[in-house]
Amino acid sequence: MTEIDTARRHAMPESHPHPPLAPAAAAPVLPEPARDPALDPGIVDPILSIEHLSLWYGAKQALNDISLAIPEKKITAFIGPSGCGKSTLLRCINRLNDLVDGVSIEGEIRFEGGNIQDPQVDINLLRKRIGMVFQKSNPFPKSIYENVAYGPRIQGINKKRELDEIVETSLKGAALWDEVKDRLHESALGMSGGQQQRLCIARAIAVEPEVILLDEPCSALDPIATARVEELMQDLKEKYTQVIVTHNMQQASRVSDYTAFLYLGELIEYGGTEKLFLNPVKKQTEDYITGRFG
Amino acid sequence: MPETISIGETATRSALPPAPAPRLRGGGAERLARNRRRSAFFGRAFTWLCGGALAFNLLLVIGILTLLIVNGMGYFWQKDLVLLAQKDGNKILGEVWEVEKTRATVDAKAHDRFRLKIGNRDVSGLDFAWLDEKDVASRSFPQDAVLLERLEYGNFYGFMAELRAGGRVLATGPEAVWKAFGPLHARKDQELAAIRQLERGAIGDINYEIEHLRLARKRLDAASLPAAEKARQAAALDSQLERRQAAYQQLADRLARMRQAFSAETLVMRTAGGENKEMPVGNVVHAYRPNALGVFARLRLYLYRLWEFVTADPRESNTEGGIFPAIFGTVMMVFLMSIAVVPLGVLAALYLREYAKQGLLVRIVRIAVNNLAGVPSIVFGVFGLGFFVYLIGGSIDRLFFADALPTPTFGTGGILWAALTLALLTVPVVIVAAEEGLAAVPRIVREGSLALGATKFETLWRVVLPAAAPGILTGMILAMARAAGEVAPLMIVGMVKLAPSLPLDHHFPYVHLERKFMHLGFHIYDVGFQSPNVEATKPIVFATALLLILVVTLTNLAAIALRNHLRRKYAGSAI
Repeated sequence: MTEIDTARRHAMPESHPHPPLAPAAAAPVLPEPARDPALDPGIVDPILSIEHLSLWYGAKQALNDISLAIPEKKITAFIGPSGCGKSTLLRCINRLNDLVDGVSIEGEIRFEGGNIQDPQVDINLLRKRIGMVFQKSNPFPKSIYENVAYGPRIQGINKKRELDEIVETSLKGAALWDEVKDRLHESALGMSGGQQQRLCIARAIAVEPEVILLDEPCSALDPIATARVEELMQDLKEKYTQVIVTHNMQQASRVSDYTAFLYLGELIEYGGTEKLFLNPVKKQTEDYITGRFG
Repeated sequence: MPETISIGETATRSALPPAPAPRLRGGGAERLARNRRRSAFFGRAFTWLCGGALAFNLLLVIGILTLLIVNGMGYFWQKDLVLLAQKDGNKILGEVWEVEKTRATVDAKAHDRFRLKIGNRDVSGLDFAWLDEKDVASRSFPQDAVLLERLEYGNFYGFMAELRAGGRVLATGPEAVWKAFGPLHARKDQELAAIRQLERGAIGDINYEIEHLRLARKRLDAASLPAAEKARQAAALDSQLERRQAAYQQLADRLARMRQAFSAETLVMRTAGGENKEMPVGNVVHAYRPNALGVFARLRLYLYRLWEFVTADPRESNTEGGIFPAIFGTVMMVFLMSIAVVPLGVLAALYLREYAKQGLLVRIVRIAVNNLAGVPSIVFGVFGLGFFVYLIGGSIDRLFFADALPTPTFGTGGILWAALTLALLTVPVVIVAAEEGLAAVPRIVREGSLALGATKFETLWRVVLPAAAPGILTGMILAMARAAGEVAPLMIVGMVKLAPSLPLDHHFPYVHLERKFMHLGFHIYDVGFQSPNVEATKPIVFATALLLILVVTLTNLAAIALRNHLRRKYAGSAI
């Protein structure tokens, strides 16, 4: 207990979270190479790289100087206890946090070279390229077909034949086709929870994104539905980069290639999943993954 | 009492091993139990109170409906014609509408009094007569007593005496006249239909053309054209006008001939008192021998009258005939109002809920909108008159109908202005309902759309609005119900007692938004309180009120069906 307390105190100076960054970061540690083995698994050519990202909701700091690189066509998991900022971090990647009043962000997220925080960026195009699946399945109150066709229609695809094809490949891609092919025009809200979540994945891949963000996609699903979604994620790895937020550590260890452990708004450790789970560098990480707190 | 108990309690307690710190004030299990019993009693009583309030409301509604149905629907049932011989030798024929007991006085015992509908307004000047039971010597129900429904002067009760054509007598005596009357009357019905057809069809069309040519001529006079050109066009118009006028004259002559032929035959009726009254056969709408009718024949007559009431035009300054124009005007006005109010309200709600920065200003606007619903409706009427009729209508007239001035086209009350006035009146309802509908669409659904690259507008248009549609329709239903029952503001923005033509007909552009219209609500007021013959029209008031409720119910049911359809389509949606 005391260990953890000290660890916590160390991780997050209780004094004033707002303007000055943590004392560790206050002495700028990152000149050029200085590669910290706990934070940098040495990813070459990442599709997304988050650099010194800090975020405040009003005066409350939610993310504190986070830097990490996300590899292409791999699954990266963000783990950590509730309220550690993992969902917030994920929502920064497709700028969904813009919708929240009073958010201020510092730092950069580089997506294929460009900074997505740049006001010049076409936010709708960005969100088309970085899809998202939410914690609670959120199909539109429309038919199954219209749910999947929604994104393509937004992109201006209106030919029925094209749409039919996209709907079919997307549903097949989400391993849902066989279950719903006979009732494409029925309401999506009549499906089971697991099916709805896979429909949301189908809807996300229908716009052919490069990255798919998954925000605790299985938290409301039973184990069988969860297994299907996880299986699906492995299939999708061939084509898409995936970033998953989960507070289920087994899930992170099962599905992901890289894992980042966040705690109280800070990135504690980031590395290959196997290494992080079997041989964590930081004591806090070890405490968390062995279930001693969290 | 309670004190003694609690004292006793403490005493027993202190005898026990050290009691824990005093629990409740005045303490003890008994008090606790008493409190529980009391609150259980209040709980039960409250349940009964709530149930009672609901039952009371239901009772009121059922009472109103029963009152309307009994009073309104009884009107169409044909009663027997009773011939009363009075002790003084006078005879009276009529329908008993009411029986009441007089109050017993010192010199007279209580006895029955009848109210008789005696009709024959052109003979006696009165529709109703009161008669004391004690004055009646005998009563009978003669089989050959005839009831005539007429185009003028209301019902006639009497006996058929003679049928004449010009100076010739066609038939004499009740039986012979009754036999001859049937086929003759059928022919007259056809003739009347032909006359109506001519008036509304050919003559109406030609009047319409003449009016247009006249306006064109007026426009030409005002136009700045070279004199020669002007004269040429004027001549062309004049010749057209002349042709039309000649055609009109021809038609008018034909109409006059038809009318003459129509009133060639006359019917002589004898009243119960023995007076004779001659009237054109064409004036009779229907003739019955009520006392000779069986139950099924009366039932048929009942349904026929009900049908006539709903589909026919009013007669005799609205006291007879049907109320079709009023039904039509009400429905069309409500329909136009919905077309205006739904987009207006929904757009306003969208801005308030989705675009505006939520803050003090928005809260104030919201309160203001809600308060708008509490403004007396007549104030909206006055506003409609000033703003829509005079300002906008007047401007439209000056811009587009200058040639018709000083006769106003849009610069006077009309169905469009009435609909817009009511739209203003009901827009708060729609705004509130639409805002609730929008608020009920979960944020996560919107985020789902945004995360697919949709813009805010696309999200609103394709996801949020469809999901909020049932809520919006609820607002529309409330607005329609409110508008259909509203009378006061309409009286000054275009509603009339009797409209010469419907706002929808076969003349281009088919929908005439500038026309005045009739309305069921105003019809009730007019027939019930402004009519020259209030007693006779009382049942019509009830029947009209019932019909207004029915119209409102039907429009609401239609809207509810639409809403349920939408709900099913988006089954399980949050709203």
